[in-house]
Amino acid sequence: MADDLVNVQIDGTWHQFPKGTRMIEACRQAGVEVPHYCYHPKLSSPGNCRMCLVEMGMPPRPKPGEELTRDEDGRLPIQWMPRPVIACANTVSENLGIRTESALTKSCREGVMELLLINHPLDCPICDQAGECRLQEFSVEHGTGGSRFREDKVKKPKNVDIGPRVRLDDERCIMCSRCIRFTAEVADDPVLGFTERGSHTTLAVHPGRRLENNYSLNTVDICPVGALTSTDFRFQMRVWFLKEIESICTGCGRGCNTEVSSREGSILRQTPRENNEVNSTWMCDRGRLDFHYVNSEARLTQPLLKGSEGHRAVSWKIAVKTLADNLAGFESSKIAIIASARLTNEDLYLVRRLAQQLGVKELDVIARLGEDDGYLVAADRNPNSRGAALVLGLDSEPGSRVCGIRRDIESGKIAALLAIGEDLTSPEAGFSPALLSQLEFLGQIHHTANSTADAAAVVLPGATSFEKSGSMVNVTGRLQRLAPVVPLPGEAREDWVILRDLLQALDGGNGAGSSDEVFSLLAQEVSAFEGRTLAGISPLGEVLLETGETVPLLEREKERIAKGEIVG
Amino acid sequence: MALVVRRPQLKWWEKIYLPVIAKGLVITMRHFIRTLTGRTKVTMQYPEEKWNDQLPEHYRGAPALVTDEQDRERCVACQLCEFICPPRAITIIPEEIPSEDKWAKVEKRPRAFNIDMIRCIYCGLCEEVCPEQAIFLRKDYAITGESRAEMVHDKARLYEIGGRRVGLVNKWNDLK
Repeated sequence: MADDLVNVQIDGTWHQFPKGTRMIEACRQAGVEVPHYCYHPKLSSPGNCRMCLVEMGMPPRPKPGEELTRDEDGRLPIQWMPRPVIACANTVSENLGIRTESALTKSCREGVMELLLINHPLDCPICDQAGECRLQEFSVEHGTGGSRFREDKVKKPKNVDIGPRVRLDDERCIMCSRCIRFTAEVADDPVLGFTERGSHTTLAVHPGRRLENNYSLNTVDICPVGALTSTDFRFQMRVWFLKEIESICTGCGRGCNTEVSSREGSILRQTPRENNEVNSTWMCDRGRLDFHYVNSEARLTQPLLKGSEGHRAVSWKIAVKTLADNLAGFESSKIAIIASARLTNEDLYLVRRLAQQLGVKELDVIARLGEDDGYLVAADRNPNSRGAALVLGLDSEPGSRVCGIRRDIESGKIAALLAIGEDLTSPEAGFSPALLSQLEFLGQIHHTANSTADAAAVVLPGATSFEKSGSMVNVTGRLQRLAPVVPLPGEAREDWVILRDLLQALDGGNGAGSSDEVFSLLAQEVSAFEGRTLAGISPLGEVLLETGETVPLLEREKERIAKGEIVG
Repeated sequence: MALVVRRPQLKWWEKIYLPVIAKGLVITMRHFIRTLTGRTKVTMQYPEEKWNDQLPEHYRGAPALVTDEQDRERCVACQLCEFICPPRAITIIPEEIPSEDKWAKVEKRPRAFNIDMIRCIYCGLCEEVCPEQAIFLRKDYAITGESRAEMVHDKARLYEIGGRRVGLVNKWNDLK
C-alpha cells in the first residue's frame, strides 16, 4: 500500500501518512497537538472556529522547462503560502509542509483567542466546565493574556432551559456548532440551530421543540466550553475534585464504556469513554444518569433475619449460616434459585457452584426485554444475559423457566427460593407478594431494600455494579471489565464474597480470595472463557463470542467514514 | 582559612565589672520606680483585654466570608479555597440560586460553607486564591470552643465574623 502513502513535513520532520488524512489528524499522529474547537472526529468538519489555522507549504510550480531540484532524500523544496489554512478540513498531499509553531501560526491563534474571548463572560468561578474547558486551556497555551476590547460585551440569554437534562448559557457559547451537528448527524433530532448574525449569533432550540432525545447529554460532553451543561451535574462539584475510574454501563446489554466520576465515595457523574467497537464516543442519557440509586437511603447495609417483630440486624456469620442451614434442610428438588443477568460472570459462576452443591435444577435469571432504539440501547436490558447463559449453562433462553418456577411455587412443588440480585415482585419478574408468602423459605441477596426483602427470612446486603469488580459479556459477545468505583456502604459485601461464604458454609468452599481467582476457576470450567484472566481483559474489552450482531449507530458511522464525511 | 578574632583589650576598671553592674542597677531601679508609680503597665488582663489594637494590618487571624455593599454574599462556591487549603479545613457544598432570588443572575452560591478551625493553619491561601474577593483573614485569633463541632465555623458564623466589606471590585454589577 506504499502508493497510498504521502510524505509530509510537520514542523521540520518528515512523516508518512495515507493519502486523504486530514492535516489535523496527521499532526496528532505525529505527536503535535493542533488546538481546535469545532472539529470532532465523529462529526462533519465545517471549519468555522478557525482555531486550527496552520501555515502550509507546497513545492513551487516550476516555470516551463524548469526542473525542481530534489535534495538527497528526494524531497522537493517547500514554498510556504502567505496565508494560513485550517488543518481540520484540508487533507495531506505529497511533499506538503505544515508549520504549527511558526510566527504566522502563533499570531493566528492569538488573534482567534482574543476574538473568541471578546464576548465571553469570563464567569469561570461559577461555570461547571472550568477545569476541563478548552477555552481556558487554549487561552493559557495560545492566548495573549489580555484583551484590547473596551466596549460593552454583547448580552445574550443565560441559563436557558432547552431540555429536561441540558441547560444552555449563550454568552459562553463560541459558535463551534458541534452540538448542532451532533443532534442533526448522530441523534437525528435536529432541534438546535443558530439565530441572529455576527457577534449576536445565538444558539437556540427550534421554537416549540426541546432537546429531549435520549442522547441529549452527549452535547454536554462535546461542548468545548460551558455553554451546554448537564442539569443533573450542575453545580454539584468542581471537576478537579473528581476521581475518574473506567468502567462499563450496566443499563442495557450494550455495555457502553464509561468513566465514572466520584468524590469521597459518592458518584457524581458518568461519561462515555471512546470504544469504537461498542459505543463510539456516545452514550444514552438513561444509562448515564442511572447511578443515583447507589447513594440511595434504601440501600441495605446489614445482614437481616426475619423474626416475629420484623427484620433485625445480625452478624454476617450468623446470617450466612442461617441461610445455609435453611437451604440444606430442603430436598434439592424443592429448591429454586433465581439469579440475575445483572450479576457479573464471577457472581454467576459461584451461583452455578451453589446450584451444583445443593443439586438444584430450577435455576434461571429474570429476562428484561425492551426495544432496540436503533442507536445504542439494546433490546436486552440486562447487561450480562450472554454471560449468564454461558456461565450458568442455561440450555434454554434466559428467563424462560421463571414461569414454570412460579407455577411450581403455586402447586407447592417448590418450597424454598433464593433470589440473588433481583426483586421478584418487580414487573419483569412477576412474582406477587401472595405467591412469595406460599414459600416455606425465601432468602435474598440484594443491594437495595425491596418488597422481596420484606418477605424474605434472610436478607444479605450485596453490591451495586458500581461497587464490584468483575466481568460481563455484552450483546455483541464482547467480554468487558467492571471496576469498583465507590466503597460499599455499611457492612454490605460484594456478591461473589457472599456466595463464596455461603458455599463454604455448605461445605463446598473453594477458597477464592479475589474476583480474579473466581474468574480463573470459571476459565477452567467454562470453555468459552478458557485461557483468559480478569486482569488480562483489555480496558476496551475483547471479543468472546462471534455473534454477528452489529450496533446500528456504529454501522452508520462506518458508512460516513467510508464516504469521507467524518474521520471516525 | 582560619579567621583570627581580635579580643578587645579591656582596661582595669572594665575588668572588675563594677561600673557596669552599677549602670545596670540604675536601669533596673528606673523601671522599678516607673512600675511603682504606675507609669509602665506590664500585665495584660487576658482575655478581658486583647491585642487587637496592637495587631499589624497584615495580621492573619480567622478566615471569614464577607458581603458586599448591597449585602449580597460575595462567595459563588467556586471551591478554589477548598482546593488550595493545605490542611483541608474548608468544605463547601454548592447550590443553584433559585430563579426568584434577587441575585439569580449570579447562579451559584454555597449551601454550606464550613471551616474547621481545628485544622486551619491561618496561611491565608484561601484569601489569596479567591477570584471573587469573598474570603478574608480577620484579626480574630482567640478561636475557642468546648467541642470539636463548636470549632467548625459554618456559613452563618463566617458571615458574622466577616461582616460587610466595601470598596472591592463588584463583578456582578448592573451591567452584568
